Amino acid sequence: MNAHDLWLLSPELSVAGLGVLVIIADLLLNKKTPLIWLSVIGLAVPLAFTLMLWFDTPDSEIGVFGTVTADRLALFFHFLLIGTTAAVIVAATTYSRKFVGFQGEFLALMLLSVSGMMLLVASRDVITAYIALELSALPAAALAAFLRTDRSLEAGLKFLLLSALSSAVLLYGLVYLYGATGTTDIAGILEGINSVDADGDRAFGSSAIMLGVVMVVAGFGFKMAMAPFQMWVPDVYEGAPTPVVAFLSIASKSAAFAIVLRVLYTALGTDELAADWSNLIAILAAITMTVGNLLALSQRNIKRMLGYSTVAHAGYLLVGLAAVAANSDSDGFIAGPQGVLFYLVAYALTNLAVFFAIIAITNRTGSDMISGFAGMARRAPLLSVLLALGLLSLLGIPPTAGFLGKVFVFSAAVDSGLVWLAVIGVINSVISAFYYLRVVRTMFLDEPEAEERVTADIPVWAATLVASAGLLVFGIAPSSLLEFARHAVSGVVT
Amino acid sequence: MFEGWLSIIVFLPAAAALFIALFLRNDSQIRWFAIGATVLNLVLIVITYADFDRGAGGVQMVDRYQDWIPVDGLRAQYLLGMDGLSAPLVLLTGLLTAVAAFASWRITLRVREYFIWLLVLETSVLGVFLALDFLLFFIFWEIELIPMFMLISVWGSGRNRYSAMKFVIFTLGGSAFMLIGILSLFLSSGVDTFAMVSIPAEGIDGIPDLIAGKDLLIPAGVIWFLLFAAFAIKMPLWPVHSWLPDAHTDAPTAVSIMLAGVLLKMGGYGLIRISVGMFQETKGFQVQDVAWLLATLAVVSIVYGAIVTLRQTDLKRLVAFSSVSHMGFVVLGVSSIVGVGGTVTQGGMNGAALQMVTHGTITGLLFLTVGLVYDRAHTRYIPDLGGLALRWPLITASMVIAGLASLGLPGLSGFVAEISVFLGTYEVWPWLTAIGAFGVVLAAGYVLWMMQRTFFGPRNERFQDIEDANFVDMIPVAALVISIVAIGVFPKLVTEVFKVGISELVRI
Repeated sequence: MNAHDLWLLSPELSVAGLGVLVIIADLLLNKKTPLIWLSVIGLAVPLAFTLMLWFDTPDSEIGVFGTVTADRLALFFHFLLIGTTAAVIVAATTYSRKFVGFQGEFLALMLLSVSGMMLLVASRDVITAYIALELSALPAAALAAFLRTDRSLEAGLKFLLLSALSSAVLLYGLVYLYGATGTTDIAGILEGINSVDADGDRAFGSSAIMLGVVMVVAGFGFKMAMAPFQMWVPDVYEGAPTPVVAFLSIASKSAAFAIVLRVLYTALGTDELAADWSNLIAILAAITMTVGNLLALSQRNIKRMLGYSTVAHAGYLLVGLAAVAANSDSDGFIAGPQGVLFYLVAYALTNLAVFFAIIAITNRTGSDMISGFAGMARRAPLLSVLLALGLLSLLGIPPTAGFLGKVFVFSAAVDSGLVWLAVIGVINSVISAFYYLRVVRTMFLDEPEAEERVTADIPVWAATLVASAGLLVFGIAPSSLLEFARHAVSGVVT
Repeated sequence: MFEGWLSIIVFLPAAAALFIALFLRNDSQIRWFAIGATVLNLVLIVITYADFDRGAGGVQMVDRYQDWIPVDGLRAQYLLGMDGLSAPLVLLTGLLTAVAAFASWRITLRVREYFIWLLVLETSVLGVFLALDFLLFFIFWEIELIPMFMLISVWGSGRNRYSAMKFVIFTLGGSAFMLIGILSLFLSSGVDTFAMVSIPAEGIDGIPDLIAGKDLLIPAGVIWFLLFAAFAIKMPLWPVHSWLPDAHTDAPTAVSIMLAGVLLKMGGYGLIRISVGMFQETKGFQVQDVAWLLATLAVVSIVYGAIVTLRQTDLKRLVAFSSVSHMGFVVLGVSSIVGVGGTVTQGGMNGAALQMVTHGTITGLLFLTVGLVYDRAHTRYIPDLGGLALRWPLITASMVIAGLASLGLPGLSGFVAEISVFLGTYEVWPWLTAIGAFGVVLAAGYVLWMMQRTFFGPRNERFQDIEDANFVDMIPVAALVISIVAIGVFPKLVTEVFKVGISELVRI
């Protein structure tokens, strides 16, 4: 361990440090509002470190005994995670008054959780990844229970238990992989699997490795809200505080996708293995999006509906991953991973916009039921338009980023010969029109319950506007973001 | 090259919508502003249409920004251009949107939102006709859904919510398949472009040239059906027409005009430009192989549509079902692409293209008149009406002209289009054409019977005190009547341009 290792870890460390700083400041300050600005402004430090690393470090650099990297892929996700966290904290300004006296802990836990996610996307060793995963999950469970109502506590407990269970499964799978290959290094494990392959013994034909891989996929699948490990999603989404839901649905999920993406990248080069991966993920993708969309149809609570919508979107993302895996043998196939990254950013912006608009509206109305949004277009015209825009982006209607994201992902699937999967994907998009448009219709057509105007405070308002602007800008002029994503993957794809 | 002219035409309505959203609050100001914007756009379109060089042909007035999405997986450009096929349809769109804006004069509910959606709708339809990049085309195709969904569900009547959702689901279903088709074309080896036509002046090789005679990513026949599904739903062709009567019946007048007059033509345009234009020389499957299918579906649509129309008792539903029948003629004309004895005559295709324009204006006028009747009588139920001619001569005259044009009276535009379809198709599909021609007889039946029951007969005391249409009501009527007579007498106004466009699309 030397100074250079610290330099590579500087974004993660500074975020964790900021979390500790917030706790200390919380002890000293009576008013809690400055803590919010301390957290948001403080996030500029990890952002600055990330920027410097982006321009300074070559992709090949690995530190802390070969367990952590600061390649462009990790840094890309650092940007995404830091941005998401800052936005969520700003948007939660008013909402966090509900956590009487505990605003400081709320912020600190969120920052600690993010530091875990950042470490997760940067890890190159399964032990590091496992620890990072735990670091991100434990504070998140506390956050889910933060409202201290029955529902919220149930959400927290459910998240904690299932998260622990999935970690156990993951760890068990990692043990099998270690046993078969003798290393905890991600690249080393895959090399080991390949050498088994080269000996004529088909990699996934080996039961131990097969079992290990399935368990690892299941472990990460929990985080990604992948079917059949999606059961926790609706309950947690319904009970947890809305800002926490936004945080979980974006940050936690993208971090999990990042690590799976890294494992897949590292797996590039062995056609046979890639084909196994690809089939596994393709089938899971088809199940995930269908389950998510069908169950979302009958929801009356908007957070529950968005929970299932998150599951459906995990399915679309898995389509992208399946395409990446299926195409790993062709040289220079960069469009797939690039598309997945674009989709993740588009999804993040869209979900931020949607959740922020919901936070702004429910701050006043106090009801999470879809029927509570009736006539909202008259009570809060601009917020309703922004929420509708976000929902259309989730549905994949141009000119939003969500549309282009879907096109990228399906294009990658068709390119990889997974036409059937793309067809299931587009049919799922059509199904999702029912429930997304139903909310739009409720807002714009139904008679409002009250005539009173719904106004939002400036921070949440600004956050919603920024996220919505982002999803429109990247929907119309995506090239800058695509270029950024290309840099992020070019160093990793061989 | 970027002349910017077509971009202005496409985005002017959207800009007007934005202006209304941001600055205008007064309802009557908004009405005038929206009408002004659509009329201004119509003027610009007429100038463009006149400026279109019929001798040179090809794609003209290109707006191109090559690096819109410059990545390997999705190399899309911003590409607008006008050719002989799109020019008259753009003209039609401009005309009918202006008509629809005038016809929306009496809207009093949420005026601002209404006109914003109407203007956004115009942008998206113009975009569909002018986009020559397949992805851009698809984007405009999808954008059109949301204004339509809102227009039908907020300002519609009857089961408007059900109809609006049905419309969206049908169209989305079609476009979902279209997206897969588009991506499969793009990702086929050696294509790597979304350009829908070749434009030599710009150095663009289009998909039709690039895929000719080559193996595609998935079999060409599958791609063809994926794309055709979307167009068949949009047109609509039997058996996927069931969204249309609901959507039309429950939509407000102006929206029915847009839906029947312009939006259905997106399907016909796609059929000609893509299903026919791109699949004549593909390997293993050509559009000629399924011409029999097109002809059969067309004839079923014509006859089935006409028979169902006969049975309707709601004026609007009657006009809606007649659209199914009339759009069948478009497909019948297109099916003549297979030719006889190896030679293709383009007469049928030209007739099909002309039929799109004439159906747009005629059905627009029919819906407009039905709207005028409904505004006064507050019913569209035919048995409740009758004897309107004595009280409302102007409305009756408008309906008589529209009805006669619709049943194909010589001298009005419907006749020219239908006769060219029959002439072009007869030698290819003699029997099917003969059955299809029976649709014209049925049309005479339902149109005349409807007029007899609604407008003639004994004076109806119920409507004694209600005034006839006024001057503002008659402006859009006059515009459409002029265009119907003009095309009926000088079909060259439109056919000359269509011929240029069609001859470039027919490759065999």
